Amino acid sequence: MTTVAVKPATMAQALTRAMRDAMAADPTVHVMGEDVGTLGGVFRVTDGLAKEFGEDRCTDTPLAEAGILGTAVGMAMYGLRPVVEMQFDAFAYPAFEQLISHVSRMRNRTRGRMPLPITVRVPYGGGIGGVEHHSDSSEAYYMATPGLHVVTPATVADAYGLLRRSIASDDPVVFLEPKRLYWSKDTWNPEQPTEVEPIGRAVVRRAGRSATLITYGPSVPVCLEAAEAAQAEGWDLEVIDLRSLVPFDDETVCAAVRRTGRAVVVHESTGFGGPGGEIAARITERCFHHLEAPVLRVAGFDLPYPPPMLERHHLPGVDRILDAVARLQWEAEG
Amino acid sequence: MTVMEQRGAYRPSPPPAWQPRMDPAPLLPDAEPHRVLGTEAIAKADPGLLRRLYTELVRGRRYNVQATALTKQGRLAVYPSSTGQEACEVAAALALEERDWLFPSYRDTLAVVARGVDPAEALTLLRGDWHNGYDPYAHRVAPLSTPLATQLPHAVGLAHAARLKGDDVVALAMIGDGGTSEGDFHEALNFAAVWQAPVVFLVQNNGFAISVPLAKQTAAPSLAHKAVGYGMPGRLVDGNDAAAVHEVLSDAVRRAREGGGPTLVEAVTYRIDAHTNADDATRYRGDAEVEAWRAHDPIRLLEQELTERGLLDDAGVEAARQDAEEMAAALRERMNRDPELDPMHLFDHVYAETTAQLREQRALLRAELEAEQDEQEGGRR
Repeated sequence: MTTVAVKPATMAQALTRAMRDAMAADPTVHVMGEDVGTLGGVFRVTDGLAKEFGEDRCTDTPLAEAGILGTAVGMAMYGLRPVVEMQFDAFAYPAFEQLISHVSRMRNRTRGRMPLPITVRVPYGGGIGGVEHHSDSSEAYYMATPGLHVVTPATVADAYGLLRRSIASDDPVVFLEPKRLYWSKDTWNPEQPTEVEPIGRAVVRRAGRSATLITYGPSVPVCLEAAEAAQAEGWDLEVIDLRSLVPFDDETVCAAVRRTGRAVVVHESTGFGGPGGEIAARITERCFHHLEAPVLRVAGFDLPYPPPMLERHHLPGVDRILDAVARLQWEAEG
Repeated sequence: MTVMEQRGAYRPSPPPAWQPRMDPAPLLPDAEPHRVLGTEAIAKADPGLLRRLYTELVRGRRYNVQATALTKQGRLAVYPSSTGQEACEVAAALALEERDWLFPSYRDTLAVVARGVDPAEALTLLRGDWHNGYDPYAHRVAPLSTPLATQLPHAVGLAHAARLKGDDVVALAMIGDGGTSEGDFHEALNFAAVWQAPVVFLVQNNGFAISVPLAKQTAAPSLAHKAVGYGMPGRLVDGNDAAAVHEVLSDAVRRAREGGGPTLVEAVTYRIDAHTNADDATRYRGDAEVEAWRAHDPIRLLEQELTERGLLDDAGVEAARQDAEEMAAALRERMNRDPELDPMHLFDHVYAETTAQLREQRALLRAELEAEQDEQEGGRR
């Protein structure tokens, strides 16, 4: 694609670059949160922004999530484009009232007169050995709230492209960053960042004919690994990276399931009341006559997130995914 | 070598980081609520302003009566009356400049109207045909906030943003005594003080949070004292003295505009009516208490003062009454018309661009409405 020698970059670096480029392009973009300034964030995702743009553009706030998001609402009312960092998934809960009662509804409440272009960045998911309250998959809470977009990248290029799209969106976006993938690397040229499609488009990460794995965020690499391993069993698995849970790309998902006739939804979030149930229902409603087997889910157990020494039993892994694939009623084909 | 091994060499000194951050004394509220009417301070008051306040108070009282009547007639779903609190409502609106912003709570329809918002549009939320009926940018009035205290951080953020942009805009946020127990009250005051945001917080202490009296709400010496903990001044004012409320709020607005930072104002007042039409206040308070407050009525206090000072005569009283009646008649006329409802608009403003899922649901509703209409037309034939 390019002749420039491209070095590997991490997802964290791509996210930083996305904010940096957005701030350079648009003076109304303001980054705010706990430790985002001098320290550069606990994951260093805002590293260098305060130095380059000043503390008025990248602000260390008091330690109060409702206050951070609540003041961001007022800033957005006055024409700014706040990018709010919640330090960890479970620390975003104090901001729920602002998010649900105001951020998601202000456009609707005011008949479109007062849109709130706020991006709420939330590091989410497990697999990093975090102690309690540092590994939640909170996407189902956000998905259940009309008025919010819920976006989550799985690759370095998407991290950049989707965050730029989110910041540019005139709607509020909950941008879920799979913290397990912060240090994942890919060849990516920050000087020539690839544009990604508008929010709401899923992408086929791996083509396949036997069955479709539907996933997002931290489970995308796990599914790709499972697809490689499945070849030994004679299965040619397709992997879809949703990239956006809201809006949901029914079109790409259904086209895939109609091709393969079998689907497994994979995510870390709990299964009961989790995104997989919604996705399975949508597939069944739209593709029933194309299905060779019920849509299965591989999800986190219906538990409070486990302590780090036990989390590997909770997280969907290659074996559990392959076990689900094995249960897709293949015998019927014979 | 560890500290424990250095025993002989250790010379204690005071902790290096600690020093007092400011003298709290100037932040403390006065011992008594500030008053202007019936005191020497009235001599400095602008007669034009006092007359304006009077006209607006009379209008405000009439608006409360009219909206309560409309609720009894089924034209409004609910109306939280501010009868008895008109001085706070009107003074809040009048203390602001055109470019400033007002952040009302659900009981502050009067302030919204006094700021210039169309009296009927201000009631859209309570009529129930849309959540917010007015354009917040037209008069710089945020939507009436139902979740308590949640609009306070918005006011702080807006004021902060204005200051960052170099605009000398002030935000005034309104809240009741019960709302001061909410976490967002604390967070908003803290952010405002840390950022030195040009915000004024007006707490109308009307005695009750629905049925719960202030004593069960806080153990603070006064609500104004809460300001001191955040490093901003707290001001205590007689909330039924329109001239005093206007003076205290105007001072706080001026201070904020000049870069002096936020102020917390506690206006001591009383909710004469029940919480809403759906509430029964006799379950939690006695008539004697209400009567005592009726004897400290914001309109009568101002009327008496103006009359004594020769600033208001019978004709003036009648003119204000007439103005209020005209407003009420126009409001009645408009509210008695059925609102125009289009269910298809439900889908228009969820997102900037309607999602595929909502387009499907919109089509479903349209089909339902068409079937309904066919049925009705069929029935007529």
